[in-house]
Amino acid sequence: MDANTSQLLELIRPFKGQTGATIPVLQAIQTNVGYLPPESFALIEQEMGIPASKAYGVATFYAQFRTTPVGKHLIKVCDGTACHVKGAVNILTAIRDYLHLADADTTEDRVFTVQVVACLGCCSLAPVMMVGETTYGSLSLEKTREILDSYRAGEV
Amino acid sequence: MDKTTILVGYASCGIAAGAREVRALLEAKVAENGAAAVVKQTGCLGVCYDEPIVEVHDAKGRWVYRKVNERKAERIFAEHVLGGRPVEGFLFHELSASGREPSHYVLKRQERIALANSGVIDPECIDDYLAKDGYQALRKVLTTMTRDEALQVVIDSGLRGRGGAGFPTGQKWSFCKKTPGTEKYLVCNADEGDPGAFMDRNLLEGDPHAVLEGMAIAAYVIGASHGYVYARAEYPLAIRRLRIAIDQMRQRGFLGEKILGTDFAFDIKLKEGAGAFVCGEETALFASIEGERGMPRIRPPFPAEAGLWGKPTNNNNVETYANVPWIIRHGAAAYRAFGTEKSAGTKVFSLAGKIERGGLVEVPMGIPLRDVIFDIGGGIPKKKAFKAVQMGGPSGGCLPASLLDTPVDYESITATGAIMGSGGMVVMDEHTCMVEVARFFLGFTQRESCGKCTFCRLGTLRMLEVLDRICEGEGRQGDIEELQELASQIKGASLCGLGQTAPNPVLTTLKYFREEYEAHIRDKRCPAGVCKPLITFHIKADDCSGCGACKKACPSDCITGAKGEPHEIALDDCIKCGSCRDVCPTGAVYTR
Repeated sequence: MDANTSQLLELIRPFKGQTGATIPVLQAIQTNVGYLPPESFALIEQEMGIPASKAYGVATFYAQFRTTPVGKHLIKVCDGTACHVKGAVNILTAIRDYLHLADADTTEDRVFTVQVVACLGCCSLAPVMMVGETTYGSLSLEKTREILDSYRAGEV
Repeated sequence: MDKTTILVGYASCGIAAGAREVRALLEAKVAENGAAAVVKQTGCLGVCYDEPIVEVHDAKGRWVYRKVNERKAERIFAEHVLGGRPVEGFLFHELSASGREPSHYVLKRQERIALANSGVIDPECIDDYLAKDGYQALRKVLTTMTRDEALQVVIDSGLRGRGGAGFPTGQKWSFCKKTPGTEKYLVCNADEGDPGAFMDRNLLEGDPHAVLEGMAIAAYVIGASHGYVYARAEYPLAIRRLRIAIDQMRQRGFLGEKILGTDFAFDIKLKEGAGAFVCGEETALFASIEGERGMPRIRPPFPAEAGLWGKPTNNNNVETYANVPWIIRHGAAAYRAFGTEKSAGTKVFSLAGKIERGGLVEVPMGIPLRDVIFDIGGGIPKKKAFKAVQMGGPSGGCLPASLLDTPVDYESITATGAIMGSGGMVVMDEHTCMVEVARFFLGFTQRESCGKCTFCRLGTLRMLEVLDRICEGEGRQGDIEELQELASQIKGASLCGLGQTAPNPVLTTLKYFREEYEAHIRDKRCPAGVCKPLITFHIKADDCSGCGACKKACPSDCITGAKGEPHEIALDDCIKCGSCRDVCPTGAVYTR
């Protein structure tokens, strides 16, 4: 058994026998691993008796779940209504340009991933983005680039 | 001498504005200096536009500081906390010393029931809540009232569901109460999905116990022994504070067996949502709690008969529950004293978008829209013209200036074609394109459609395609009619609220801003200057002072001009981001 499998099993086992545990088990895996590795679904079936097809269906239904790895810094750009009318699309374009992302959402060095989210609930500070657990509000294009500069600098 | 209390506004909005650094600095200073002061956290006062907020409570009164950063915090600590002299220049004068007197422009029109404790108490401290008569309402119903008496108070109060639909709360409870069965469930919908609304986040971050106490009272009335709070995963701080509050309730005997020494038993579990707008629909929410994809079920049977796990279930929104303890403590008549006959009480609104004072307000229902946006919200920044207010999110609509005198109550708002919704108000100015806003909402509902009903799944996509085309400058004659046709089919053939209301943003913008659609389709022109394929940016030489602000802001370096001379935009390199227009102090940048 490789390290990955044993880590996944450790995460899955506490949910064994619980009802309604599909979403919590997926959340536990994603919180700890950063995404849902493909083998998670077969292991969930094996340990919890939830068909892999069903767990996968749930995972792809909800916006929170990812089935691909993300970069070290996850940038969530808010495109809720308030952020949208205050220029979220320009902020997003500036971030993607800054990171040289053409079609992909993750930089080649796996340092940054960009994700658009519906609302972070900080509408009065729009436009808003989150990097990791930190929320930044009242963004301008310049301020956004300065924030990214600071994260880039930390990587050198 | 009494200890000085330093309160730091520590909700998500405050933290995003820099409250974490300010709090850390103040805590360090207090420890370093051995000051006779204590630093406490509190929720959001609602004046989000002036966050971070720091209050100092000393022997002389209550002093509120606005827009505090580390530099200001250092001075506040040195001069006020240590020196006893408030720092005049940083004060939020209207809120200070005299307390929350209704003299202040933001607060004078407000009545705080649901928000009474938000920004006042430490939400992670149950003793703070108890000191504000917390759990007195639960004690009152459990020890002095029958289930029917408690229900009657809620019915008489006229409280209606604050999640959007406005169904009478007492009536809803009575359905579930009447259903026979010993196993019943109580659910709190804290999955605030409207992108542009944050009332529930603030309530949960500022006063979670009020919501939980309301749930316990509802559980007693309907006879439920199990409760669930279904909270949005995007709100980590609200979840953290709920978890703490539930644990505290259990420790103090407000949850579990024999609550307050009576035979009433009730427990609450916290479920984290995983991001699906459709889970605002209660049957979809139940499916999600059960671990399924959040897809709505056909009704009947209604949740009061067969809801979560197939058992009788009552579901209300966060704000609805938060009103209940106040109503029980003060009585139905006191609640009815606010609001209108059919829409009793107060409603919390979040103000955002192109508005001077974005934040959270609680007003009596029936107050004109204009008063909320202009008197309390301060109107539109930079002297721009008001264009529309969006109410009810993706299920609601955009109301124009001519409807600003509409009273804010369920019936009046519904009559306009929008809906009251959960209370999000997003204000739009002359630089907001209503066609593009309609496309934004359709894009949202199209992505969030669960896929169960064909008309919702595909109809929203067809509508989105038409709107995309119009915004790209490829609109055709007949597009408006096609949108209307699709809208009526989607409304008629969808099972749940998501599909039934998804066309509303398009229908209301067509109703009130039809000429803007026509300008896009017929003249290939975006009057608001938003839809990029239809516009070019220019600088009016006569109005340009040559200050260079636009040149500095331009991300593609396509603006040229000497200092003091009129500037020019090289159209070939312009990416049409509008940064120049945003920063121009003289309004010289325009689109055509």
